[in-house]
Amino acid sequence: MCLALPARVAELVGMDHAMIDLGGIRKRISIALVPQACVGDYVIVHVGYAIGMLDPEEAEATLKLFAEMSA
Amino acid sequence: MKYVDEFRDGDLARRIGDNIVHEADPSRDYRFMEFCGGHTHAIARYGVVDLLPGNLRMIHGPGCPVCVLPIGRVDMAIRLAFERGVMLCTYGDVMRVPASDGLSLMRAKARGADIRMVYSPLDALKLASANPGREVVFFAIGFETTTPPTALAIRQAESEGLQNFSVLCSHVLTPAAITHVLRSPEVQDYRTVPIDGFVGPAHVSIVIGSRPYEGFATTYRKPVVIAGFEPLDVMQAILMLVRQVNEGRAEVENEFTRAVTREGNACAQAAMADVFEVRESFEWRGLGQVPASALKIRGDYAAFDAETRFDLDYRPVADHKQCECGAILRGVKKPTECKLFGNVCTPETPMGSCMVSSEGACAAHYSYGRFRDIPVVSA
Repeated sequence: MCLALPARVAELVGMDHAMIDLGGIRKRISIALVPQACVGDYVIVHVGYAIGMLDPEEAEATLKLFAEMSA
Repeated sequence: MKYVDEFRDGDLARRIGDNIVHEADPSRDYRFMEFCGGHTHAIARYGVVDLLPGNLRMIHGPGCPVCVLPIGRVDMAIRLAFERGVMLCTYGDVMRVPASDGLSLMRAKARGADIRMVYSPLDALKLASANPGREVVFFAIGFETTTPPTALAIRQAESEGLQNFSVLCSHVLTPAAITHVLRSPEVQDYRTVPIDGFVGPAHVSIVIGSRPYEGFATTYRKPVVIAGFEPLDVMQAILMLVRQVNEGRAEVENEFTRAVTREGNACAQAAMADVFEVRESFEWRGLGQVPASALKIRGDYAAFDAETRFDLDYRPVADHKQCECGAILRGVKKPTECKLFGNVCTPETPMGSCMVSSEGACAAHYSYGRFRDIPVVSA
């Protein structure tokens, strides 16, 4: 139910809306909850609304953490 | 897909699994509750259990909005469609939730009720615009992830002057449910459900931030690790919980830093606060009446509140006698301990709500784990 997917903002459309690219599929969504979103940013999309931003540096850091072996 | 596939890498999963096995103390047990249905689903679907040591058990929590939706709320929606002739819109997950008289929204639709499955509240708004002669009601369910979109849809309906749109609000609150689990007699008094820590919500936390969980760490001395919904996220969170328990810490840690901050999404919180207020009490399937655990539409937006508009009353309905959803949602029983599991109750013919959504503990176990219960023998 809380399913949400990270998608790249491909284009800003008028006030509060954007076209997103989700693995090749383009869809119009509302970005009213993340007004700071720009083209190229990744947003987290749920029921047609971006509910948050994805931080690429933090994503990279988390992936690095997974690869660490315990002492 | 970027930021999804990387977090499902099998080699890395085995590496984290090895770390968990290596760091878990064999002389004790670990029991962690994953609150969210999204985590329950990931654990079942990706076989996370197979990578965990035998002394570490995951307990499924009540964080599946479809599963905790009581029969009485679905009955309200069905009555609206049949008796008031409204066009009732809702999310796909809700369609098959069992209601009274052997009905569900799906079956009511088959009997002629105008029930529409929508992806977004925006679709319900569009239907209202396109059908000015009809009353369109959006049956809104979900936790804090799903609530801000409903708030924006109501504000949009107001700004567009839509006269025929309203919302049957059944939004519920995550921190209230966690508090209820922690205060339940099974956890506090009988210790029948010993919980050593929580895997905290992913997308709910994008909205509310990590701060609301800090009380659980300090007041109840339970570690909380917020985790994303991908399998590597869940495994890393389990490792972080094992470390907290081993070191005697009870803190809120955040594994899902790529999307969750301590403060959350202020814009989404403001939209929720503008449109909704906390209900005194709300019935949850499995948990009963939980104080201050759900939202209703504020008086300023009463015109869009289906409960006011159609003068609806809530009538509680008991669950199927043999259905163990209640005990399963509280972590007291496992799906396989229910008599109905896998025979009369399957995802095709769910008797209880936990078998409906793919995030429900029963549906997740039925779809991905039921053959694990059967010992492998050579032919």
